[in-house]
Amino acid sequence: MKSIAEEIIIKGINASPGICIGKAYRVDREGVEIVEKYKIQAKDLSNEVKRFKAAVKKSRDELLGILKKSPEELQHAHILETHLALLKDKMLYGRCIETIKQESINAEWALKTVISNLREVFQTMIDPYLKERSADVVQVADNIMRNLTGAKQVNIAAIKKRVILVAQDLSPAETCQINLERVKGFITDRGGKASHTGIIARSLEIPAVVGLKEATSTIRNDDLIIVDGNSGIVILHPTESTLLQYEERKIDYEEYKAVITRDSKAPAESLDGVRLSVMGNIELPEEVFALLNYGGDGIGLYRTEFQYFNRTDFPGEDELFDKYKDVVEVMHPKPVTIRTLDINGDKALTNQFNYEETNPALGLRAIRYCLKKPQVFKDQLRAILRAATFGNVRILFPMISTYFEIREATRMLDQAAESLEKNGLPYNRDIEIGAMIEVPSAVIMADVLAENVDFFSIGTNDLIQYSLAIDRGNEQVAHLFQPLDPAIIRMLKHVADVAREKEIKIFMCGEMAGTPHHVPLLLGIGMDELSMNPQSIPDIKRVIRSLNVADTRSFLKEVLTQTTAKSTFELIKATYGSILSEQMYSEGRKK
Amino acid sequence: MIDSNSELSREVIIVNELGLHARSAAKIAALANHSKASIWLKKGKERADASSILDILTLACEKGSKITISIENKADADILAAITELVEGGFKEPADLK
Repeated sequence: MKSIAEEIIIKGINASPGICIGKAYRVDREGVEIVEKYKIQAKDLSNEVKRFKAAVKKSRDELLGILKKSPEELQHAHILETHLALLKDKMLYGRCIETIKQESINAEWALKTVISNLREVFQTMIDPYLKERSADVVQVADNIMRNLTGAKQVNIAAIKKRVILVAQDLSPAETCQINLERVKGFITDRGGKASHTGIIARSLEIPAVVGLKEATSTIRNDDLIIVDGNSGIVILHPTESTLLQYEERKIDYEEYKAVITRDSKAPAESLDGVRLSVMGNIELPEEVFALLNYGGDGIGLYRTEFQYFNRTDFPGEDELFDKYKDVVEVMHPKPVTIRTLDINGDKALTNQFNYEETNPALGLRAIRYCLKKPQVFKDQLRAILRAATFGNVRILFPMISTYFEIREATRMLDQAAESLEKNGLPYNRDIEIGAMIEVPSAVIMADVLAENVDFFSIGTNDLIQYSLAIDRGNEQVAHLFQPLDPAIIRMLKHVADVAREKEIKIFMCGEMAGTPHHVPLLLGIGMDELSMNPQSIPDIKRVIRSLNVADTRSFLKEVLTQTTAKSTFELIKATYGSILSEQMYSEGRKK
Repeated sequence: MIDSNSELSREVIIVNELGLHARSAAKIAALANHSKASIWLKKGKERADASSILDILTLACEKGSKITISIENKADADILAAITELVEGGFKEPADLK
């Protein structure tokens, strides 16, 4: 069947560079594998029931394991107990077994039908509490489903082929549920370049193409596909000659990357002797080694959400401390900027959010969430202060939009230090405190905020999203997400000017900092430090070495006269085209 | 509140704040699972299998609901008494839990 399939080229958005060739593995909207329906012969029915029972037992053992580890005072422990009881509930367990027997179908399909019926029953209920219980049922069912399909995943590992994930969309929580050992690359229907999926793919250094629109409808499990993350295309059923051609391109690209990486360890010093710190953004402690390999001068943004994913309880202080300590120790004496929890609707903990926000980007996230959950916040602050005795730590508060928030956050940090003092635990309160500047109100209030912090770090992704009112994950408007929009450049300049006047440091940790053609502008604005995905570090260092900071200052004046993102880009090309040519060479090569 | 069929059924009023929610349903189901024959919860015209949390939840019993607990086998009288006590005692839950 596969041999007669024709080669199909699907165009998408290049979200993470690199080329990979492999078999497709589909993940459906809910993040649970596509459920197949097939008939079971009468003689095999009892085995199918056994298989279902085994999956339930496995789920039960897993839940018991989690329960054992959870402290009793946690409310959700009760939820887990309910889940435990639900596993064996007649309407779920009993009905699944009945369905398998009566309809002679496989356990996965039986579970799927039983669940969708139950979900309907609960969703039509008026009582909001009861309505929400359908979420419990679905979670329990997902658990069983994962254990049922587990056997298939083992098969994939057994053929020793790593796969390429094909999904409509992947949430960060989903991405970390997936075993990355087995994932060569991602392709998704939705999303733009700056969507979380793309960011994660880049940080994990695997190729990704997003915004494909039709990918999941045309690609089947086990189809051979090529993902070209450089030019943003996916090739389905490639011919022999296409395969050969891409094998070569893959080697070329890897060689090019190796050349760029070679002199990355040397400092980034401009032609006129200005030294800039080029730092890396990380999400997982494991990324530290890649970061050092790429020549990072430190961690400019350590996202701390991953420890909160994929679990039903909050990580404890000691657990967080261990993770932070690992990173801080390895990096010592280089700085590690730990950003406090930036949870939002997109990155929600299992079970912690029973409600859906219609607009999570404007909802209860980051510092707002932490101030509302003082115990969760305090555990993290204590862990950070303790880790700070092992190296160079800075703390960064995300989504600051009012003066009140930075004052409260600082007050809680002091409280955390006092409580550690009381407990007689070693800690270091003498660390730099920073505010993320990613909300327009923080830009306007920068002079007030500056009085309370040691540094600003501009998060360009959110700042652009909030300032230009663009949902960066929506491919309909993703093209309007323009870092070079004059409004953004003026905001950056304002914040940098305030920082200089108030004598605090100014950093940037958004995607913008990792794009070579933005560098002349950022030097002109006067950034002290740029932080980016580790693999961009070598390229950015190279660009800085070829620039003259004094020149970029006068260049900035010219940039400020521009009225559109397009004319700004043209001006950059006209002025710095020759310096950036190597980058353009690499972009040309991607075609 | 004991009716003529006193041996086989009891009428009770849900007194706890949250009504028959997942945790209280789980407690009833845990008891009902030890029965020899079926145990039913009735509310109006609807009835639910007391050994199934999900079925109990579908009855949507808020505080103040009047329900009838019934057994099919006299041997389950102890369980009937235990469930009645549980419901009338408000499941002994702290007021602040939800």
